[in-house]
Amino acid sequence: MDVDPDDVFRDDEDDADNEFYREKESTKELLVYLVDASPKMFSTSCPSGDQKDETHFQIAVSCISQSLKTQIINRSYDEVAICFFNTREKKNLQELNGVFIFNVAEREYLDRPTARLIKEFDCIEERFMKEIGSQNGIISGTRENSLYNALWVAQALLRKGSAKTADKRILLFTNEDDPFGNIKGATKIDMTRTTLQRAKDAQDLGISIELLPLSQPDEEFNVSLFFADLIGLEGDDLAQFLPSVGEKLEDMKDQLRKRMFTKRIVRKIAFSIANGLSIELNTYALIRPTIPGAITWLDSVSNCPLKAERSFICSDTGALVQEPLKRYQPYKNENIKISVEELSEIKRISTGHLRLLGFKPLSCLKDYHNLRPSTFIFPSDEEVFGSTCIFIALHRSMLRLERFAVAFYGSSSHPQLVALIAQKEIISHGGQVEPPGMHMIYLPYSEDIRHVEELYSNSNGAAPKATDDQIEKATALMKRIDLKDFSVCQFSNPALQRHYAVLQALALEEPDIPETIDETLPDEEGMAKPGVVSAVEEFKLSVYGDNYDEEKELVGNGKASETSKKRKAIADNAVKESANYDWDDLADNGKLKDLTVVELKYYLTAHSLPVTGKKEALISRILTHMGK
Amino acid sequence: MARNKETLLLLLDVGPSMHCVLPQVENVCSLLVEKKLIYSKYDEVGVILFGTEDTKNELTEEVGGYQHVVVLRNTKVVDGDLVEALQQLPRGTCDGDFLDAIIVGMDILIKKFGETDKKKKRICLITNALCPIKDSFEGTKEDQVITIAEQMAKHGMRMESIVVRGKLAGDANKRIMEENDVLLNIFSQKTCAKLVYVESPTSLFGALRTRNISPVTIFRGDLELSSKMKIKVWVYKKTSEEKFPTLKKYSDKAPPTDKFATHEVKVDYEYRSVEDTSKVVPPEGRIKGYRYGPQVVPIAPSEWDAVKFKPEKSVKLLGFTDAKNILRHYYMKDVNVFIADPGNTRAILAVSALARAMKEKNKVAIVRCVWRNGQGSVVVGVLTPSVSDKDNTPDSFFFNVLPFAEDVREFQFPSFNNFPVSWQPNEQQQEAADNLVKMLDLAPSGKEEALQPNFTPNPVLERFYRYLELKSKHPDAAVPPLDETLKKMTEPDPEVLSQNKSVIDAFRRNFELKENPKLKKSTRRFLQEKPSGLKGGEGCGDIAAQSVDSIKDTSVVKVENIGNLAPVQDFENMMSRRDGPEWIGKAIKDMKKRIFDLVEDSFEGDNYPKALECLVALRKGCILEQEPKHFNDFLHHLCKFCQKNNLNCFCEFLASKELTLISKTEAIDSEVTDDEARSFLVKSEPKTK
Repeated sequence: MDVDPDDVFRDDEDDADNEFYREKESTKELLVYLVDASPKMFSTSCPSGDQKDETHFQIAVSCISQSLKTQIINRSYDEVAICFFNTREKKNLQELNGVFIFNVAEREYLDRPTARLIKEFDCIEERFMKEIGSQNGIISGTRENSLYNALWVAQALLRKGSAKTADKRILLFTNEDDPFGNIKGATKIDMTRTTLQRAKDAQDLGISIELLPLSQPDEEFNVSLFFADLIGLEGDDLAQFLPSVGEKLEDMKDQLRKRMFTKRIVRKIAFSIANGLSIELNTYALIRPTIPGAITWLDSVSNCPLKAERSFICSDTGALVQEPLKRYQPYKNENIKISVEELSEIKRISTGHLRLLGFKPLSCLKDYHNLRPSTFIFPSDEEVFGSTCIFIALHRSMLRLERFAVAFYGSSSHPQLVALIAQKEIISHGGQVEPPGMHMIYLPYSEDIRHVEELYSNSNGAAPKATDDQIEKATALMKRIDLKDFSVCQFSNPALQRHYAVLQALALEEPDIPETIDETLPDEEGMAKPGVVSAVEEFKLSVYGDNYDEEKELVGNGKASETSKKRKAIADNAVKESANYDWDDLADNGKLKDLTVVELKYYLTAHSLPVTGKKEALISRILTHMGK
Repeated sequence: MARNKETLLLLLDVGPSMHCVLPQVENVCSLLVEKKLIYSKYDEVGVILFGTEDTKNELTEEVGGYQHVVVLRNTKVVDGDLVEALQQLPRGTCDGDFLDAIIVGMDILIKKFGETDKKKKRICLITNALCPIKDSFEGTKEDQVITIAEQMAKHGMRMESIVVRGKLAGDANKRIMEENDVLLNIFSQKTCAKLVYVESPTSLFGALRTRNISPVTIFRGDLELSSKMKIKVWVYKKTSEEKFPTLKKYSDKAPPTDKFATHEVKVDYEYRSVEDTSKVVPPEGRIKGYRYGPQVVPIAPSEWDAVKFKPEKSVKLLGFTDAKNILRHYYMKDVNVFIADPGNTRAILAVSALARAMKEKNKVAIVRCVWRNGQGSVVVGVLTPSVSDKDNTPDSFFFNVLPFAEDVREFQFPSFNNFPVSWQPNEQQQEAADNLVKMLDLAPSGKEEALQPNFTPNPVLERFYRYLELKSKHPDAAVPPLDETLKKMTEPDPEVLSQNKSVIDAFRRNFELKENPKLKKSTRRFLQEKPSGLKGGEGCGDIAAQSVDSIKDTSVVKVENIGNLAPVQDFENMMSRRDGPEWIGKAIKDMKKRIFDLVEDSFEGDNYPKALECLVALRKGCILEQEPKHFNDFLHHLCKFCQKNNLNCFCEFLASKELTLISKTEAIDSEVTDDEARSFLVKSEPKTK
């Protein structure tokens, strides 16, 4: 089927193993964003370098907006609700004070994100004060408890769906570490107790509550005052829970964004190390190509979705058949029949575990030893105590000795040799850049490696190699065009950005399609700097010499491109032949169809147009080209 | 197809010193022909043996000499007989002279094609080059080899030499070995010849290219350093997965008498509207809808073309950066190689200068590529230098695709330092780990690196083609076990293990693993609950991430799972719990898993008695609870599992202890008669042999 008719994002789609690229959709996520909208969220701002300061409220909103945009692309089946508390107005099914659920038309409170939701949420700030308003919900003297109300509302929203098939989460954004701080005495104890009880009830129903604290450099968010009890942190966990003390605004946003994702385990596997000693690992897909979703066929008149039905027809008798369980392969003028069971038996060559085979120095892993995106592995002590300890020990040894492990990963669909590379934790500005763990790299087999370079080995002696001077010039050039802080994923995919920009505009029926920026283009300005230009010139002179003419170089070397010579001859011939016809006249009088395909191709070749397709296609191409 | 037709001559050394590796040579050569029979069935293959007792070749008849060289098969289009012939190579008795064989081979090719024919000609030599070649009549051996090599180059023949060495060579005469190495090296310098040394049977298997794919460029054009400076490059695939063949669906509807039946199955798609399923919508009545969240946006192709992203074909340099900025695990796909336009000397120089400078300064280049016009996306990737160590091979770059921002999921993981002290390895443990990492060495100095991707064949493909050949003769044949040589890739090499026994034992002693006793649901490993399911391995391995959410607070007084220490007691306890009907089902389920674990983890049968105890307890429990089907199905499944995984000894063990299925007399729901019950294990035995 045409998943990607233009072949644009073709990436082994027909691969039997494409489950590798697909994320498990078996569990969907139901998520409620609870955003504190108290005056404090608006009054506290976060200093940033050159840009203008942003309030905590703005930070929370922009994080949510970003994550909605990611979600509609990647996991559009997940459902979200956005809910503010400490608000002036109220909007919720329970009619509770101080809680406002933000929503747009044609959407339930907890529902899949839509283009409209994203669009209107983007401009929430302008409307917020007028339509929703900020107001402290917990004031001494009244028994109002907006935090309690908010949790109640969120829990009620998450009543949808069973805990087995859905992952239910509440993400709480606040900068108030002591919500009942201004209340005294028995009332405070009472309110604290009921709020904690409410949180616990929610957790008992399988809802996880996560806290995203916003803090300032001079005033750290103290989790232990209240929220540690609310989200159920104890001892060691508490130490691991580092509130993001963002020094810079960008870092803080970065950290919040990372915390908003749930880590999805792709698989749990056993890693057998030696003689039956095997530890428990979880695998994660940290890097996978994001491709636009599959297309759906619609009825062009009604725009209603169509259902594709597949039927199997026996070519010999024309009868409809069930999906047959036998396959065949022509071999030696015969069709060899193989059943589906036998096929899967052939592929099963190991028990599905990851089995350690040994270690090699890192230099043995070449740059061309790669086939697919890597998979991240992290230990788990959930079922087998001691796994993490062994993993850490191996991890440290491998880092220190600069070695990687070779293992066999016997998955049933794709048994393969893998390299396990230990990655040490990299932290910058207080945030984690690279998590500690190992990356599993899928190694090619000998059949998968091609030795193209050898094809061009020169049989009569040495191939030209650069001289020291030329290398020196190249080094100078390299120094000039140095990307100091290059980070691997700094570019967004321009094709994808364009794809979704177009869809969003069309979904919202906007008149214009916004321009998208292609960040991947080279920095023309930087390249035009005199220093760079002269370095390029020097290198050019050093390797190409004074009078370098590419075309001549080719011809001079003769044998190299007979095909290109041939092609050129054909083109020349076409130009000559094409001149013999009065194309305008032929086109105007509809006489093109009287010409032969060969004759039509003269025109096409002479104007370097594609020459493929049927005669009608050729004619219409000529007409289009002539502007008729 | 015929355009790429290749003529291949296999020159196989079958002398006495080669006998130990001949089984692998037979395997790999027949695999080569099996693949040709599918992918290039018009190719011609000839086989020349040397080191044989007999002599049979045209040259010996014409000019004499060339003893102990037998042309087993003249070049001929591949067929089934050739596979058979290669599977039973004769064992020779004499020392072979590889140069004689090469000359005989060249003679055949020259006679067949003459000087002008540009067809692809390949000679593949497999030998250990341990025996001396004869002295030549005039000039030194070197001169003779040079002359031959020049002839070979003139006739456009390619040669591939696989030299078996290391452990496989045994005690050989050093001097002869070195002399031969020098001679063979001349070939690789003077001609388009490839010379590889292999030291293990596995790498011998991987060293011969069993399928020839003529390389196609994915890009020819400029590598633009800037708008002023461009380098002509050609881009090829460096790695590309050789896929498991897609088999066609078979229809058995045609009457058996129909000799011309194709047995093909056509797959037909029909699109029907969801509301009115009787209506089939023709292609022109359809329009593509693109998903955006819950919405589906219809867009006509012409409309889409007008607005979509349309980059121009180009390869542009963005800049250079330190190699350490690009971590290895960011490589996204199969790898390409950038080669300077082979006809353009200055382009070769430019690539060479950049590659060498990059290597020296440890830099890489970031490039933006659009391979062809009309491609709807760009790729950003990294060029790493590949400086050639051979004089006659030009330098090149490897190209790896890097991820875009959208492709990366930034999950956060706890820092190892934040883990409790009990999870941190102590000094002794760390030392044990250090030793393991050091000693379990696959690339010892002075020896061949084991399991190099370049020499490691795909075991699944090997098994498939072998099975195909087997089935062509015996249509009912069962899938053969994995080739012994290739098993070395799926399991640790016993030799390496035994050499490092003390290190491994020390490692085991230092670390203790314990199962989590509190775990409610034992979802361990890849246990297949479904009987031997086709998709078993796939489905069961994926355990949803949320299996453990809020178990902590439930009290753990009653037995909630079956542990490793006293599974039988745990099972009985659990079966007798009356606080919920689910416990019985859970007990049976967990017990099955436990038994599986025991059998699977058993080392030389050490767990079998315990597994039997569990089975007996399970059997008793199932009779008491009148659930015979649970037990019977499980036993069937277990036996099948054992047969598949070479654990037949466990079935035999069970049979010897007279464990039977539950029969009708024991539990009324059972569908098994007494006789069947008794004979089940006995019967399954002969099948397994």
